[in-house]
Amino acid sequence: MSRILAPCRLLAVAALTLSLAGCGPREPDTAGAPPAVQRLTERQYRQIIADVFGDDIRIVGRFEPIVRKEGLIEVGTNAATVTPAGFEQFDSMARNIAAQLFEPGRRDRVVPCKPHADNAPDDACAGQVLAKYGRLLFRRPLSPDELKVRVAVAHEAAAASGNFYSGLQFALATELEMPEFLFRIEAAEADPDHPGTMRLDAYSKASRLSFLLWNTAPDDELLAAADRGDLNSERGLARQVDRLLASPRLDAGIRGVFTDMLAFDGFETLAKDAMIYPAFNATVAADAQEQTLRTIVDLLVTRQGDYRDLFTTRRIFMDRVLGPIYYVPVAPKHGWTPYEFAEGDPRAGLLSQISFAALYAHPGQSSPTLRGKAVRELFLCQKVPAPPANVNFAVAQDTSNPDYKTARARLTAHRTNPTCAGCHRIMDPIGLALENFDGIGAFRTDENGAPIDASGELDGVRFANALELGKAVHDNPAAASCLVDTVFKYASGRAPAKGQREWMGWLNARFATEGYRVPALLRALALSDGFYAVSPPEAGKPVSTAALRPEGS
Amino acid sequence: MTITRRNILRGAAAGFGATVALPLLDCMLDTNGTVLASGAPLPLRFGTWFWGCGMNPSRWNPKATGADYEITPELKPIEPIRSKICVLSKFDVLLDGKSNFVHSSGNLGIRTGQAPAQADQSELPTIDVLIADAIGGATRFRSLELTASGNPRHSYSRRSTSVVNPSEGSPVAFYTRLFGPDFQDPNAADFKPDPAVMLRRSVLSSVSDDRARLAARIGAADRARLDEYFTSVRQLEQQLELQLQKPPPAEACVIPKKPADGPLGQDIEVSTANHKLLAELLAMALACNQTKVFNMVFSDSASSLTKAGTDKTHHTLTHEELADPQLDYQPQATWFGSRSLEAWAQFVGVLAAVKEGDGTLLDNCLVLAHSDTSFAKTHDVLGIPIMLAGRAGGRVKTGIHIAGNGEPVTRIGLTLQQVMGLPIDRWGAGAMQTAKPVSELLV
Repeated sequence: MSRILAPCRLLAVAALTLSLAGCGPREPDTAGAPPAVQRLTERQYRQIIADVFGDDIRIVGRFEPIVRKEGLIEVGTNAATVTPAGFEQFDSMARNIAAQLFEPGRRDRVVPCKPHADNAPDDACAGQVLAKYGRLLFRRPLSPDELKVRVAVAHEAAAASGNFYSGLQFALATELEMPEFLFRIEAAEADPDHPGTMRLDAYSKASRLSFLLWNTAPDDELLAAADRGDLNSERGLARQVDRLLASPRLDAGIRGVFTDMLAFDGFETLAKDAMIYPAFNATVAADAQEQTLRTIVDLLVTRQGDYRDLFTTRRIFMDRVLGPIYYVPVAPKHGWTPYEFAEGDPRAGLLSQISFAALYAHPGQSSPTLRGKAVRELFLCQKVPAPPANVNFAVAQDTSNPDYKTARARLTAHRTNPTCAGCHRIMDPIGLALENFDGIGAFRTDENGAPIDASGELDGVRFANALELGKAVHDNPAAASCLVDTVFKYASGRAPAKGQREWMGWLNARFATEGYRVPALLRALALSDGFYAVSPPEAGKPVSTAALRPEGS
Repeated sequence: MTITRRNILRGAAAGFGATVALPLLDCMLDTNGTVLASGAPLPLRFGTWFWGCGMNPSRWNPKATGADYEITPELKPIEPIRSKICVLSKFDVLLDGKSNFVHSSGNLGIRTGQAPAQADQSELPTIDVLIADAIGGATRFRSLELTASGNPRHSYSRRSTSVVNPSEGSPVAFYTRLFGPDFQDPNAADFKPDPAVMLRRSVLSSVSDDRARLAARIGAADRARLDEYFTSVRQLEQQLELQLQKPPPAEACVIPKKPADGPLGQDIEVSTANHKLLAELLAMALACNQTKVFNMVFSDSASSLTKAGTDKTHHTLTHEELADPQLDYQPQATWFGSRSLEAWAQFVGVLAAVKEGDGTLLDNCLVLAHSDTSFAKTHDVLGIPIMLAGRAGGRVKTGIHIAGNGEPVTRIGLTLQQVMGLPIDRWGAGAMQTAKPVSELLV
């Protein structure tokens, strides 16, 4: 879909470039943070392997989960490490990938040079291959010393096995399990333009751009720009940023941001009771995510739309799997077709989609509280406090009690308890507006025979139903600033620092000036100085729990 | 003798017959276990078993202590194994003025010796990690983490908040990890070090070559994270080193059949079936000396177990179900609790069914079973139900009930670590710090 419209996108980006020159207030100075050390996510690992070696390489293995921080996996990557069980998997995947690269038919593509002999080491040829892939995998050129060690591994393994190619295969496998590949290790250097201060080096900049905009490692051209020092000049940086933004691969970047923001990793283990929701299955779960991501990419990238319209858009994409749950007729063919809910249809916006309704619900029932909490935390960046430990839910939650047939009735009774009232008052009215969507997002007008009342209030704005709730979120000033906050955290692997408030304010103003268009926000961020501001790595005792463990344990 | 990459490569290049000397396995030095017919001592193992959402204290806790305690209504499922386990009631997690973070304060309090200051956040390692650091080094796997739920995030084995040992939830994947191509049958008649493994080990050691340079340019916190990574690399190197020498025989080791692919999930029937398959594979992993430390999660903290056709999870029921006025408890929530205890009894039975030495595999294990709350409805962390199984090679008593009467739960963790040979005289932090082991447990 978006492929066909690519020219529009190019135009839009070009227009943006023009509009950027000399508009808006000057970027304020800002504090930085130490360079990040982020573990690759599964999505990134898979995409890099496909980019570097081809998408026909099978990746068989399990990636150990990364613990979400500040609401994002991408921030969690900046605290994650590799456990023994996790490394076992990385080792096995690395060997398996390397073995595929040396299968007949692929080997000559991977190894462009011819060794002197198949049964002996050839350091020159091995070095050529290991330097080429090392650069793409480590996202910077290998130093001569680093390359020497890799070549020595290939040499020794070739000698031991009596085969040049298996020696090279072993050495290439090590590149796939080295920390320089599995972690995005940023580096700082002295800033020649501002003596006494540090800046991110060009390769770290290249990675930041590429992981933000394409959710993968820098391509050859971006690395070449880093080699040339282009990324340290305004013009050179802008050329690369605009190239990345104009590419169809921006879709993957946008998908990366929103998959993380919406916590779609929850779908990996989301289960629904098969008797209560017989329509739900793994295909529905997968397609529900795809539907939402398509809606997002269509609005934000293809149409260069206003981010806030995500909460009100009637435009969506349907396939044969989801159509029946929406009661929407879908042509009996495979694939996705755009669909527009009629004016006045109870559905519009992300909150009314199956992905949101199903993910933020229980296995056997909807959950106004989980949904309300998700709206507050994901879209408005407002933290809902944890519930108190000692709470009596029972009376209010008895669905067999004739007085409390609907969730509203039950929760209203619950809110009479003053310890609960404070938090439930900020969650439930939002979630109750979505009660017309059951635990998998199918539409309903009543619960246990009683009609559902979907009215409520969000930060002083009253609404009658889910449509008006979407409008209220759209109009809430926190919606836009929350996205800016989320994008910043996603892009830099950390929350804004204390001394960054004014700068964040500037970024927010830019987002507004640009009509709340997300590619424009990404561009403003990617071209700013503040995005690359660094402070020296934190000093401290060079001790770790690992170092304290007995050697050899 | 130290092993360098070059040594091994020379051996590999010289014709694949080289013998490689390795340090003695510490299981060979263990003198307290039951003894094999051959006179070799048996290794001592430690494990945890977790279920979510606790019990009803008045129906679970026995009144009498010692060997003659009465089987209470909710302890019925453990009746067949009562001689093999200890019941520990009324040991408390002390919050020390911190909030009770629901479903995390109790669990982390028991496992780390300190109630967390923020929900699910603790920089202290869990007890299994402490024990694995001490005894897990000489086996193929430092520890094995499993979950009957199929969700790899369901793991309560961790070195810190962000270093969580992921759980294996698929019996097929677990089988392959254990008994796949890298498995060495300890009872195989002949042994020849595999030259391919020699190469792998040697090549792998090159991964850490640049460690010092890398460490020099990053901050202390990130250095600690990369140290974790390098420790994991080292762990794999050790696995490969072990594969290069003839494993000591393990008479109880029988290579199991590969399980069939089945559904994964938290429907209680699915979890129960999955749990049994994982338990049987784990028993053989222990009997075949693949690990000495394990963690099994039957259901997650705040149990998400479901029963087909009903709309509420176990956790939701503990809060929303009305107590039956006649019974005076929540029948549906309690049903999940009983099913959890049945699974525990089955787990203990699986370990006890493996003959080892002059006893059973269970005799050489010490397994800590516990939940995240006592009465889940109020998230009570006082008197969280705890049980121990196995005799730890004759070091601890079984068949008794010990009541803590408000003593800190860390006394149990301290005792377990001391029994497993850790040289510590106190454990826990703040109000939970203790130097007093549970002496009633000790033989």
